Amino acid sequence: MVLIIQKTLLYAIPLMIVALGGVFSERSGIINLALEGEMIFGAFMGAVVAYSISVSGATMDPQIMFIICMLVAAASAAVFSLLLSFSAINLKADQTIGGTALNMLAPALVNTMGLAFFSQEKLVMPSSFKSYALVNPDVNAFFRIFADKAYISTYIVIVVFVLLSVWLYITRTGMRMRSCGENPQAAASVGINVFKMRYLGSTISGALAGLGGYVYIATTAGGTAESTVAGMGFLALAIMIFGNWKPLGIAVGALMFGFLKCVGAVSSQVEVLSKIGLPMYFYNIIPYFVVLVVLALTAKKSGCPKAEGIPYEKGMR
Amino acid sequence: MIKNWIAAIGKWFKSLFVITDNKEPKLLTFYKRPGTKSIIASLVSILAGLVVGFIFMVIIALASEDIELYDAFDGLGILLAGPFTGTSNFVLTNFGDMIFYSAPLIMCGLSVAIAFKTGLFNIGAAGQFLMGTMGSLLVALNVNTQNNPAASFFVWLLALVVGTALGFVWGAIPGLFKAIFGVNEVIVCIMTNWIAANIVSWVFSATPDIGNTSSGKAGYLITTKVTGNGTPDLGLSKLFNGSYIDISIILAILAAVVIFIILNKTVFGFELKACGSNKFSAKYAGMNEKRNIVLSMAIAGGLAAMGGTFYYLNPGIEFKFSSAYMSLPSYGFNGIPVALLASSNPIGVIFSGLFLRYLAKGGDSLVIANYNRYISDIIVAIIIYFAGFSRLFIEIMTRRQRKMTEKIGSKMASSLAFEKSPNAADTKGLKNEGSAKEEK
Repeated sequence: MVLIIQKTLLYAIPLMIVALGGVFSERSGIINLALEGEMIFGAFMGAVVAYSISVSGATMDPQIMFIICMLVAAASAAVFSLLLSFSAINLKADQTIGGTALNMLAPALVNTMGLAFFSQEKLVMPSSFKSYALVNPDVNAFFRIFADKAYISTYIVIVVFVLLSVWLYITRTGMRMRSCGENPQAAASVGINVFKMRYLGSTISGALAGLGGYVYIATTAGGTAESTVAGMGFLALAIMIFGNWKPLGIAVGALMFGFLKCVGAVSSQVEVLSKIGLPMYFYNIIPYFVVLVVLALTAKKSGCPKAEGIPYEKGMR
Repeated sequence: MIKNWIAAIGKWFKSLFVITDNKEPKLLTFYKRPGTKSIIASLVSILAGLVVGFIFMVIIALASEDIELYDAFDGLGILLAGPFTGTSNFVLTNFGDMIFYSAPLIMCGLSVAIAFKTGLFNIGAAGQFLMGTMGSLLVALNVNTQNNPAASFFVWLLALVVGTALGFVWGAIPGLFKAIFGVNEVIVCIMTNWIAANIVSWVFSATPDIGNTSSGKAGYLITTKVTGNGTPDLGLSKLFNGSYIDISIILAILAAVVIFIILNKTVFGFELKACGSNKFSAKYAGMNEKRNIVLSMAIAGGLAAMGGTFYYLNPGIEFKFSSAYMSLPSYGFNGIPVALLASSNPIGVIFSGLFLRYLAKGGDSLVIANYNRYISDIIVAIIIYFAGFSRLFIEIMTRRQRKMTEKIGSKMASSLAFEKSPNAADTKGLKNEGSAKEEK
């Protein structure tokens, strides 16, 4: 049971934070298809820092290093996402195209940099960079969920997730940002700078995607940074739509998805499931299938931001 | 006789640039067409992408110790030469391979393009591609026509049809979800991609008799070379010095033409485009917008699946099913840039598919100039990034065209006034005659 919850969190944590990144971008009115690319780019930059430090031989507390790498990943992905913001906001380009371009650019850049500067496409991080923050095998089951074999990223992501969700809903800036995704002309008429708000939303989105990307490669993917995050970015996009563009829905969606995903991963270890003898492909399909079914049952009232994907033009009604 | 011809050609050439017979210059008429502008916009994006890519190469050359600055120029040359780099023996083979690899790319591009025209984003081409692969290989690999060449064509055709049909059905799923439940097609496409990937691995791992276990291989399928019903090449392979090329490129071009005709010359195509421009007005005009969404996605699925059959029915290509469930085929996603670069024009998709493959082939040879092959991926990404600005380019062009038209219009108006005056024929003596009239 504890194992299942821990594995669930392993999948759910990166998904959750990246999906929240998607919310920030889309709520401010920009379709962020580039989540995948931002994840790849941020994760790689974080891994570059980790790798360089380990090569240089400096010793540091691994948990502090973990945090530094996460910050680097978030910052570099935020810078990377400016490419999308610039094309979508200033040049009023098609946001789907911009996002697709970033998704293609990120792996290409990562591969090029990896080969040009490290002579390899994969960066394997030293094992100390993915060590657990807390190991308490002796406490009771309830505490073991959170206090045993837990990564520091799990706590950080949960705190960031809650803080930013609250921020988006109750602060003035958060509300202004959301209004830019619903009706930018009305927002502008009361003196809100739509360009600024959209830049803010998109940049936060990039930062969160980068953070999630690093968490993904450091924990879920086992410490190898390469030019792919196995479609996690697109999955996060799907979770965002599934969560109806709301943080709570996203948290539920990500946890549900993570749980179903880990059922597949542990199916061979659980006696009851392995007796049925279904191949792992069956369990792999379940999470995607369940998402589809749930969507079909609940999709009627979509919370999709109304002005999403439409470039803001002052004179337009 | 010849003189007349030359004169006619000269006149035609002149009419391109200046007002003749009181018609605006033909180049301007050509320029006014929206298609021209989007082609120009694409070409500008390509040029910009190449320039930025070159700057990248220079930066890398400056930053890296192994690469000299002249390598950047070398690299650009190699990239632009595409398949024509390397020793002359392989040029023909490389060129044939490039054409072969672009056929599935064109199909995936068409798939994305037709969905775009209906206002849908088909990010599920990867899954549809896999479904096509599965359907066609199940037919083609289970029937052995090695001893019966006459039947092999029909088996191949059946494999093609089955694969395409499976993709058609698979593509219809996102359409149905959108039409019935109102679910965003992007999320359904992403989910069906991974479901398809798992199904494909599952099905092929359950059919061990078509697995390739020779020479210690695991997780691969046998190819159509073994069963003898690969895509016919009509001697093209020999012509291109033993490359993979087969008739799939011809079929891909045919498919593009058919889609072009459907979109532009039929009522159904008009309805699809109407749904894409404005769903509500299409509905108001009495069109069944739900049916159109489902059909558009289904056709898109069929096209992407056909791309899968083209790729894997070739005798030289092996399918590795054991890892299919872990990563989606890149063809599916590469269809998106192909469609974007062509502004979703089916005929344009042929050229953009060939072009992107051409660049990628050039990228593969970049090792000669000490660069890695991913430079071409960067350039393609930048080209697509600039293609996003095509609306801006087109806007600028339209603004300039309006100015030009105004200028020419006023010129034409004055010359028209000229001709209407009674003595237009003798323009030189106009003033004199006018004064003569006054004298009378």
